[in-house]
Amino acid sequence: MSDSSAPPAARPSLLEIRGLTKSFGALKALQDVDFTLGEGEIHALLGENGAGKSTLIKVVTGVFARDAGTVRLAGDEIAPRSAKDAVEAGIATVYQEVNLLPNLSVAQNLYLGRQPTRFGVVRQAEMRRRAHALLLDYGLDIDVGAPLASYSVAVQHITAIARAVDLSARVLILDEPTASLDRHEVEILFRVMRKLAADGIGIVFVSHFLDQVYEICDRVTVLRNGRLIGTRDITDLPRLDLIRMMLGRELAETTHERAASQPDTAREVCVSFKGFGKQGYVAPFDLELRRGEVVGLAGLLGSGRTETARLVFGAERADSGEASVAGKAVRLNSPRDAAGLGFGYCPEERKTEGIVADLTVRENIVLALQARRGLHRPLSRREQDEIAMRYIRMLDIRPPDPERPIGLLSGGNQQKALLARWLATSPKLLVLDEPTRGIDVGAHAEIIRLVRDLCEQGLALLVISSELDEIVTYSNRVVVLRDRAHVEELKGDAVEVSSILAAIAADAPTAQEVAS
Amino acid sequence: MTLRIPRRGLAQAFALIVILMIDRAVSPQFFNLHLQDGRLFGSVIDVLNRGTPVALLSLGMVLVIATGGIDLSVGAVMAIAGATAASLADTHSLPVVIGSALAVGLACGLWNGILVAVLRIQPIVATLILMVAGRGIAQLITEGRIVTFTSPDLVWMGNGAVLGLPTPIVIAIGMLLLTGAVVRGTALGLLIEATGGNARASELSGVGTRAMILSVYVWCGICAALAGVIAAADIMGADANNAGLWLELDAILAVVIGGTSLFGGRFSLVLAVAGALIIQAMNTGILLSGYPPELNLLVKAVVVLAVLLAQSPRLGDLSRFTARWRRSKP
Repeated sequence: MSDSSAPPAARPSLLEIRGLTKSFGALKALQDVDFTLGEGEIHALLGENGAGKSTLIKVVTGVFARDAGTVRLAGDEIAPRSAKDAVEAGIATVYQEVNLLPNLSVAQNLYLGRQPTRFGVVRQAEMRRRAHALLLDYGLDIDVGAPLASYSVAVQHITAIARAVDLSARVLILDEPTASLDRHEVEILFRVMRKLAADGIGIVFVSHFLDQVYEICDRVTVLRNGRLIGTRDITDLPRLDLIRMMLGRELAETTHERAASQPDTAREVCVSFKGFGKQGYVAPFDLELRRGEVVGLAGLLGSGRTETARLVFGAERADSGEASVAGKAVRLNSPRDAAGLGFGYCPEERKTEGIVADLTVRENIVLALQARRGLHRPLSRREQDEIAMRYIRMLDIRPPDPERPIGLLSGGNQQKALLARWLATSPKLLVLDEPTRGIDVGAHAEIIRLVRDLCEQGLALLVISSELDEIVTYSNRVVVLRDRAHVEELKGDAVEVSSILAAIAADAPTAQEVAS
Repeated sequence: MTLRIPRRGLAQAFALIVILMIDRAVSPQFFNLHLQDGRLFGSVIDVLNRGTPVALLSLGMVLVIATGGIDLSVGAVMAIAGATAASLADTHSLPVVIGSALAVGLACGLWNGILVAVLRIQPIVATLILMVAGRGIAQLITEGRIVTFTSPDLVWMGNGAVLGLPTPIVIAIGMLLLTGAVVRGTALGLLIEATGGNARASELSGVGTRAMILSVYVWCGICAALAGVIAAADIMGADANNAGLWLELDAILAVVIGGTSLFGGRFSLVLAVAGALIIQAMNTGILLSGYPPELNLLVKAVVVLAVLLAQSPRLGDLSRFTARWRRSKP
């Protein structure tokens, strides 16, 4: 449901996007999205992973071609076909990973491809003088002859911004610019952003640090599942409402039934963690997982959800606390240890960390089981076929062809095959990170049904999702995370979207605010 | 045990047949065989025999490449193993000679494997170290001379025959069967393909990717050592400067012709060996034709280009493009 009742921008509009639509196969990455950026406005673009932020940016900057919709820059319709086109039109993007050449000097980076020359020879001194003057405007008084890599990430960002703006940018898109900056560097960056805004440049700010959004932005646009949720003035938008816009989801009738079973403390604890954590990654936490119970992990992006899952599965090594299975302390230093203990993990990054795209569905399904059995006990081809067919039928993987390379399947079917990979090992504990991300609606409901079935069969499940309604639907307990720490555990009737939202938004001062 | 001969092997089989036919055309006696002193002779046997070192190298190389790695040091390892075997040949029994050479190969493979799997150095750089240092080590072993030997046992390794077939061919077939049994008879093949296809995902599935990578480099070292022993036995001496020189490139080429992607993943042992035979059939054909052997390099380059073009995903786009272009013409 889009909300276009936002007050019209007081400023003349610079970038106007109307009805933007983009699909990848069956997956609608963007559906009928509107977005307006005014001159001199700093506009936050928010949403969880997969909400469509990067797709929107990539369409606007010409990396992807759009399926439908219009993009106007200062009234003229534009259709950039490459990033270069977009830059020429006046839209510049600075990514989290700065796209400059760290081995060249700051000045060379600023003037790469347009160095001042005389008789075909680059005028080094002139270039350095101009570069120094340019950066002074941004409040940086540095030696521009030194290699870019010798400066902090903040300076590199500002160099990238200065280059982009100097290339006559009117719209500047900053994609997670503050993720690797400390508080002081963020201040420098914000000062630059305010100066540029005052000069009339429109800035799109993508970030998942809400404090920063409230500090610097004029307006907020929230996307969810490829749809526009709304655009608001930041001053009229309480933090709780903003988080609700980002995480809440229109209830899909088919999936919205509360898990009937109440948390049952009599159930046997199968895995427990005490003071488990890692410095600078996730603060130490206690967590008990019981048979036949789903524990949901809720929080904003970057709050420590995925990090918790990785610690639990040994993909990241904990430096404090201990893990125990059935009451006995265990070693949990690698995924191999975890798999040996009967844990399974379906990561969020399905393509890069889940599937082996070139191998067949059958090979992908038997992979974890085979790895656990060891080299010398190979599954015969007949056993592999049996296992693959059993899960293809059980989970309704389509097409039901075990010999098809898994990379050719749709996202939902890949996800099911990954579930099958772990189910084949008869696990005690399954960790699912965003099991429904990037999956079409039909498969979505199926995966949720599967999660419940597995739970009824006595598995312990730890499930991460940024869709709170989904978490509420299947979780017996919900652990809420904020700023890389477990802050609250909700049980029984307390497991409600509103209580989770309240826990996420609880206005405790963040570490950053305390520091500043 | 199953040695997979996938449908994609058709291209390689076709290429081999075409090259053999060309060989037949330039040298009408190409397929003639005759038995002399209990050993078969003929150009075809010669192709097999001469192709043995590269075939052995490609058996190890194909596994390394399947994990997404590469081993540039195999030529140097051949030299080290050959030098080791030659210097021991006249004073020790054959099992000791071969055992020592293989142990040296294993140590070289372990070195490469530790650099790549444990220290995470890029394979091309990691194995470059031994590629350069290896010849120096071989020269230290031979003390800068060409070490010759007369041990009939070791000479038999290069020039003898088993049931009429030259010994090197029998050894290569034996190694192919052994490697096939180890790789496809256990789960190693699947786990290597998974590691090469997506190391991160494999690790998160509980695959010991480090052990996989280490083991393929060790096996590659052993195969290279065996090839080195055969090369030394063939000339009854060890030449630290020239033994196995540039053969790492032929081995990589054989693997690529065999359809294994340099990015890792799917591999086929049989097709890698077929690739080695294709290369040797070309070499032999050019020698038989009487053209200058320098031409060999040029022909090889053309064949590589043809194979790579055939595997390029862009080629499909190109053919569509030309079709459209033709249609658009009046």
